[in-house]
Amino acid sequence: MNTQFFIDYAWIIPLAPLVGFLINGIGTFLKLPYVRSKTVVHTIACGALLLSFIFAVGVFLHLSSLEPEARSITRYLYTWLQVGSLKADAAFLLDPLSSVMMLIITGVGFLIHVYSIGYMADDPSYSRFFTYLNLFCFAMLLLVMGDNLLMLFIGWEGVGLCSYLLIGFWFKEKANAQAGMKAFVVNRIGDFAFLLGMFLLFWTMYDYGHASVTFKEIGQHVGLIKDVEVGGWPVLVLVGILLFIGATGKSAQVPLYVWLPDAMAGPTPVSGLIHAATMVTAGIYMIGRLNFVYTLAPEALVVVATVGAVTALFAATIGFAQNDIKKVLAYSTVSQLGYMFLGMGTGAYAAGIFHLMTHAFFKACLFLGSGSVILGMHHEQDMRKMGGLKKYMPVTYWTFLLATIAIAGIFPFSGFFSKDEILWKAFEAGGHISSWYYVLWGLGIAGAMGTAFYMFRAVSMTFYGELGARAHEVPAEEASHGHDDDHGHHGHGDHTPHESPKTMTFALSVLALLSVVGGFLGIPYALGHFFHVPNFFEHWLEPVLNHGGGHHGGHHSVPPIEYGLMIFSVAIALTASYLGYLFYTKRQDLPKKFVAKFPKLHALALNKYYVDEIYQALVVNNLLRLNNFLSAFDAKVVDGAVNAVGSVVRVYSRVMGFWDATFVDGLVNGVAQLVRQLGRALRKTQTGRIQNYLYVAMLGVVILMIWRML
Amino acid sequence: MISIQHYLLVSAAIFVLGLLTVATRRNALGILLGTELVLNAAALNMVIFGRYSNHMAEGSIYALFVIVLAAAEAAVALAVGLMIYRNFKTIDTVEVDDLKG
Amino acid sequence: MPDLTLLIFLAFSGLILGACLVLAFSKNLVYSAFSLLGTFTGVAAFFALLGADFLAIAQLLVYIGGIMVLYLFAVLMTSGIADVKVTNRSIGLKFALPVAVILFGLLAKLIFSTEWFVVKELPEATPTTASIGNTLLTQYLLPFELASVLLLGVLVGAVSLGRREVKGD
Repeated sequence: MNTQFFIDYAWIIPLAPLVGFLINGIGTFLKLPYVRSKTVVHTIACGALLLSFIFAVGVFLHLSSLEPEARSITRYLYTWLQVGSLKADAAFLLDPLSSVMMLIITGVGFLIHVYSIGYMADDPSYSRFFTYLNLFCFAMLLLVMGDNLLMLFIGWEGVGLCSYLLIGFWFKEKANAQAGMKAFVVNRIGDFAFLLGMFLLFWTMYDYGHASVTFKEIGQHVGLIKDVEVGGWPVLVLVGILLFIGATGKSAQVPLYVWLPDAMAGPTPVSGLIHAATMVTAGIYMIGRLNFVYTLAPEALVVVATVGAVTALFAATIGFAQNDIKKVLAYSTVSQLGYMFLGMGTGAYAAGIFHLMTHAFFKACLFLGSGSVILGMHHEQDMRKMGGLKKYMPVTYWTFLLATIAIAGIFPFSGFFSKDEILWKAFEAGGHISSWYYVLWGLGIAGAMGTAFYMFRAVSMTFYGELGARAHEVPAEEASHGHDDDHGHHGHGDHTPHESPKTMTFALSVLALLSVVGGFLGIPYALGHFFHVPNFFEHWLEPVLNHGGGHHGGHHSVPPIEYGLMIFSVAIALTASYLGYLFYTKRQDLPKKFVAKFPKLHALALNKYYVDEIYQALVVNNLLRLNNFLSAFDAKVVDGAVNAVGSVVRVYSRVMGFWDATFVDGLVNGVAQLVRQLGRALRKTQTGRIQNYLYVAMLGVVILMIWRML
Repeated sequence: MISIQHYLLVSAAIFVLGLLTVATRRNALGILLGTELVLNAAALNMVIFGRYSNHMAEGSIYALFVIVLAAAEAAVALAVGLMIYRNFKTIDTVEVDDLKG
Repeated sequence: MPDLTLLIFLAFSGLILGACLVLAFSKNLVYSAFSLLGTFTGVAAFFALLGADFLAIAQLLVYIGGIMVLYLFAVLMTSGIADVKVTNRSIGLKFALPVAVILFGLLAKLIFSTEWFVVKELPEATPTTASIGNTLLTQYLLPFELASVLLLGVLVGAVSLGRREVKGD
């Protein structure tokens, strides 16, 4: 099969969801009859994604048939804009990194589309949902396929928009709309820094004669500005940090992570697709794409790694105390994204991207599983009201369990390979780069322990025990209001949990399978070389990420400590998993004792360290106060000044009016009278007889001739 | 021998008489007759100058173009005259004075 | 013995001037129109004297055969034959005539006072038709074509101006 075809038509990959978006969107907007048929709507939406996926696979196959050095193809479409030295093409960069991202987006995206057929079946805004979902896939594909920063930014903003639309999908509930706005506003803060970083990079490159926004050209010439400083800071470090602030917004890192848990207000497939598998990984992708900048800015990398490690642990601890199943998964996502940034920050870009991929599998699976649970429980998200669902929802249970084992990092599931790779690289960096990385490694290990614990806590609370056995723990004031349970789902009379439809279990099964085996793509050398299995994933990404520094060289002798660390982390994960299982099944008294002993600690975690409240107090309230002050200033001082000026002008204009009426008008009227009299006299010469005019012309000629001759 | 001045003098006479006709006639057709005189004088001048500067062909061609223009003018002017007659029931220019101020 | 060409010149000058005077001052439009015939014939003779043989024939054909007849038709159609005598009055003659006379005087002075740039030896008059045709279709091709377009436009324009209003138009 000639795979060149897929390269030539690579633009179909983003185009297909766009077309799907347009068809469904126009239909929804104009209330055309065809969108009333759910079959038509989801056939279009899923078909678009399937087509994209097929082409993404084709591109992948073509790239893999090439030499590693040649695996970078730019598909130029047209010159998008050209202003001075700023030239941005609409062009797609097809290389190993973007192909991995394309496969994740279209593959996981397709599964989630299929899942949504079942999940959204009863929703009145069925077509609107798929419209947004397709638009999102288009924007996300643009983000990862664009060959320049501007296209990346367009995609970046596009996914932000879709995220906003989908979080507030059930916008009739005020809290949902607010969550959407929160996500949007918090993202704006990050995007502002992101823009600044882009500008700074562009102008510095401009000063050194290589103004470009294309990744390839930046990569070629970025070395020129290696030693440039701005205000005592190396410019690349500034660029790296500014871009990373953008990434903290998009990828929900400390301190801008606060929007992601609230984003769970959206439908669960959205949480799985956007807020776990794809959009939130945009920041990691961006760092991977610009790895040549970060490699030259080690200080920025330290910042990235530190923020990542802190986030990983911080979010994990919040996860301990959450009772909403989606909130647990949200904090887990924040935490896992932290791991990815830790990986990027240690220069192990391939490991970070690898974790991105495995995380996309198991976290999407977890979210979809939670969606299945929520649907089975008739839109109940509180885990305290669940329990014992294992026997009602076997497929959901098994897939959820497999994904949980994967995320906990237990050998040989996918999470083990990717997470362990990151932790090992961090540990290694502690020796290579600075001992600070040992601290980060410690944070990471602690976070890993927390991950295993809260995930098994969630599994235990949801699937083990007896249904509703914990319902009495729910405080009375919380019990009365559900979470997202009133969006037109009233059809069920009985309240026994039930297994979800086939479309949903299909997606769950595929994702669970991927969670289990996905890790074998990137078996670390330390394990692989026993069986002569190379690390496919790292080799695959090497052409893009080979700037990553000297971490690849030393593979021929595996330090024994690596095995030690592996065993250590697996042991920790197993222990924490067991504890999570134990505490919430057989020994439920233990966590209660803990809570009783450290009530403040528990309250701290339960209330998410009061970060939202702190932001409210520090930022939002101060802004509001400033706002009020400015408004008062406006009303009193500015309006007063304006009114005073107004009175003065009024008096002045009276005086001027008198002057105007008497003198100016008199002058004007006088001139008009003069003109009228003159006209009356002169019109007599206009006899209307052309011959009279001719006499005059003749006379004129005669006079002119006489005058010339004399 | 006839000199250039003789011819030019005759031509000038035709021109001035044509101009006079145009200026004084009350009848629109009479005016048009005057313009024919003027144009003929012009054509004659072309030929005269062409002859005496030894550019016979050019002189003839310019005269020819004058004749073409005269024919065109006559056709259009007569049509205009016809329209005037239809609208005013006269072609007396003294009575057609809508431009009077 | 006076030069034969001079005699011819003087004879046709007389014809032209006489015809022009009739045209300018006759009260009868029909006389005026017919006197145009004399002028055109005289000018055609001048063309012949000047060696412009082609032009002399063209003058006879186009002016006398075409334009003259057109005018005669127009004269006959626009006025009732009965009051032909008073149809061609002049006005403002007492202003225009002095001006015209002065203008003629000035032109005459101009003609005689100007140093005309003329060839010393007048060449023999040769047939001009071939050279006119050549020049028209080479050097003056564009004006020639423009003139043809102009004539077409005039044809259409004159028809559109002159046609009777169609009822309900």
